[in-house]
Parts: sequence; C-alpha cells; structure tokens
Amino acid sequence: MKTDGRPAVSEALHEITLTVNGVVREAKVPGRRLLSDCLRHELGLTGTHVGCEHGVCGCCTVLLDGDPVRSCLTFAVSVDGHEITTVEGLSGPGGELSPVQRAFSECHALQCGFCTPGFLCTVTALLRDNPAPTEDEVVEGISGNLCRCTGYQNIVKAVHRAAELMGDEA
Amino acid sequence: MKPSAFDYHAPRTLGETLEVLAGAGPHGKVLAGGQSLIPLLNMRLAAPSHLVDINRVTSLDTIAVRDGGVRVGALARHAAVERSAAVARAQPLLGAALRLVAHPVIRNRGTVVGSLVHADPSAELPAVLTVLDGSVRLARHGGGERDVPAGEFFTGPLESATEPGELAVSAFFPALPARAGSAFCEVARRHGDYAMAGAAAVVVLDEDLRIASARVACVSAGPVPVLLDMSEVCAHRPAASDDWDAVARAVRDLIDPEGDIHATAGYRRHLTGVLAARALRIAAQEATEDRDDATGGPR
Repeated sequence: MKTDGRPAVSEALHEITLTVNGVVREAKVPGRRLLSDCLRHELGLTGTHVGCEHGVCGCCTVLLDGDPVRSCLTFAVSVDGHEITTVEGLSGPGGELSPVQRAFSECHALQCGFCTPGFLCTVTALLRDNPAPTEDEVVEGISGNLCRCTGYQNIVKAVHRAAELMGDEA
Repeated sequence: MKPSAFDYHAPRTLGETLEVLAGAGPHGKVLAGGQSLIPLLNMRLAAPSHLVDINRVTSLDTIAVRDGGVRVGALARHAAVERSAAVARAQPLLGAALRLVAHPVIRNRGTVVGSLVHADPSAELPAVLTVLDGSVRLARHGGGERDVPAGEFFTGPLESATEPGELAVSAFFPALPARAGSAFCEVARRHGDYAMAGAAAVVVLDEDLRIASARVACVSAGPVPVLLDMSEVCAHRPAASDDWDAVARAVRDLIDPEGDIHATAGYRRHLTGVLAARALRIAAQEATEDRDDATGGPR
C-alpha cells in the first residue's frame, strides 16, 4: 500500500476501559496506540517489556482474557472492555511470588530479565491449560519467546519446576 | 508511535462493516487478528487511512462443519480452528498445517481468513486452501457475496482477489473423499518461521488402492502457492511401491523458485522436491490406512 496521496486522517482519541490485573483502568488513546505502549505509557505498567515490536521476540506477551497474546501486535482500542493480565498481576495480593515466578527464581531461569515478563505470562497460561506438560510441549509452548542470555535450559527446567509447585499446592 | 495515523472504525455488525469499507474504498484496510498486518503497520510498510477493526463483529467468529467441508468465519482464530475436534475429523490437513503457523501465542490472536487474505506465498494456509480446491467468500456493501476459488484467489505475493471495499467473510475447506489422505511437510530455519520450502499434499486412491490422484501445493516456490498435479508421475501404482524419488525429480523440474537470504534457488528447488515427495508419500500411506480402517465413507 502506498503511503503517498493518502487522505488526511483525524487521529481521533478513543476513550477505552481495560480491566488490568483486576483493576478497572481508563485511558484516552489514538487508534494506533499499541497495547504494549498503552500499558507502559498511559497506565504506567512498565513490567511489560517491548523488544522487537513486530511479534518475534515475545517480551511483550500479556494475557488477554486469560490467553497469551503479543501486546505489540494488538491495538489498545481493539481490546476496549477486555481483561488484561500483565506480569505485575501474576503475584498474589500480598506480593508473594506465583509458583511460576518462584520456579524461575529457584532455577535461575533469567539473567538480564528483559525477556522474563513475556516468559512468565506465556508459561502461566501454558501450565493452566496443561498442568503436566512433556518436554516437547514445554519447548513448543515457549517457542515464541526469545531469551538471549540463558540458552533456555534453565527456563525449561523452571517450567517443569513450576508444574511441580502448582501440583503440590493444588 | 510506530504506525502512521489512521481513522479507526469499530463496526459491530457485518452490514456496518461493509458500509464503512465501501466508504473507505482503496484507503481502507481490515484488521482481524493483526498478526501480519500490525507488523506491516509498525514498520510503515502499510499505511491505510482507514482501519476497519472487525474484532467486535462476533457473527464472523464461526467454525462450521457442513456441506462436505469446513467453513471458517473471518474472526475464527487459528487456535480455535486448531483445537476443534470437529474440524480435525472433517479436514485433518487444516490442523496439521495450523500447528506450523508461527507460534502458539500468535495463533491465539491470528485468524485463518486473515492468513488467506494476507496471501503470503510462504505461508501454510494458502497452500492448504489451494491443494484442497477451497474458496474464499467475499462480500461488499449492497453487492451480495461471491465465492472465489483458491486457484483465482491468490494473485501475487501478498495480493489476493479481494477488491477495495470487499470483506473476506469466510473460507471453505472441502473435506477429503473416501480412500484419501493428506499431509503437510516443511522446513524452516527456526521453528515457527516462514518455511524455506514446504508442501501440502492430497492423495486419493482408487478401489484397488492404487493412486488415482496426487496433488501437491508448494510454499515459498513462487509468487503464489504452486499447485502441481503429480497423478501421472505417481502412475497409478499402489502407494507402497511408488517411485518417490521420481516424484521428487518431477517436482524439481516443474518449479522455478527464487533464491533469497534464507536459501538459494537451487537449494529451495531441491528441498521442495524432497518435501513434496515426502508429503505425497505420507498422504498415500494415510489414504491406505484410511481404507484399512474400514470406516467407509467420507471422513
């Protein structure tokens, strides 16, 4: 599609309401505001990291109505009225770490931590849908998230460990 | 902000959507899952003035198994189609290909019809629609609907027969007849990437379990999915005794892929031959087992 000769656009602002980590939040955004930027800029939730901004790295993964999605490939206005869970919403009400977060900590599944919020959201949904995944299912499940530090060995270990922790608590 | 500015439209009904699209004409673009479109917008390779978001048009979020196939509405996500047991029974090739489309997280948001309209010749679903002789249903404001067969739908790289003002409302994937099998094989640099080469195959056997029809649609082998009828090359032999090396050679002679940063033209030609023959062999094997199951009738 050519960019020249396009009609003028009004860039109207849209009032949206998102339930983020259980809290109703309102924002006024242009149509082109990405959900990732809305979370970070409008709502101040900087736990969601922005890496590649075209869907490759997985750092910006959040839960949309419970399912992991790329927040950099979603417009905030598209998900008006929906529920979002970010990494800030994974811990318990008193701030205690979730089983997935504890397992990542225990197993040294992070070094620089940039990719970690995306991994935590992805793995939280993965284990909810499949509480005892096989090695292959874990690798397939996290295949859309890139880590440039750890080499994935400890991340895979952490997913299995999180499954154990969740099993113990159930 | 990464994308260029656009006027955002959020219709709630099909009628409203078509009206907005008619008004936007060539400056309008439909947003469904956005997993291909939003990267293009973020990189400003596309800059529509009007973005028509169909995510609230819930009447398009449909998956129906009927009329001898699977009809997928414009808002049905990859993940929903992939997980549907009814789809798996009616047309297993769809699920097999969907598991190769990007990553699970992308498939939570991306749509089947969106992948077709995006018309990437390296993508899996256009090849599936092509090898199955499926079709895409297009609608426009005040103009009714038209069904475009796969062979006419893909017109070039990232180009489809969808005209300005039209909305692809659904796609139809026909079921396989009796004594038929299918398979999808591909090789990608990294799991979930677009394939350097790949093939969707459908084989139908005759009553004596000899190959009656063998078709394969190759990905990343041309500007659109490349459909090859290998029935003559398979020479009506039983699946177990066919000369698959000859099939691979014939495929290599028939295609003219281009080289790029990921694979030379020669490598891509070689790989496509191997994968097409492999997919046909697996499909023929499956067709034979389909007969052995003695379930009878179309699946």
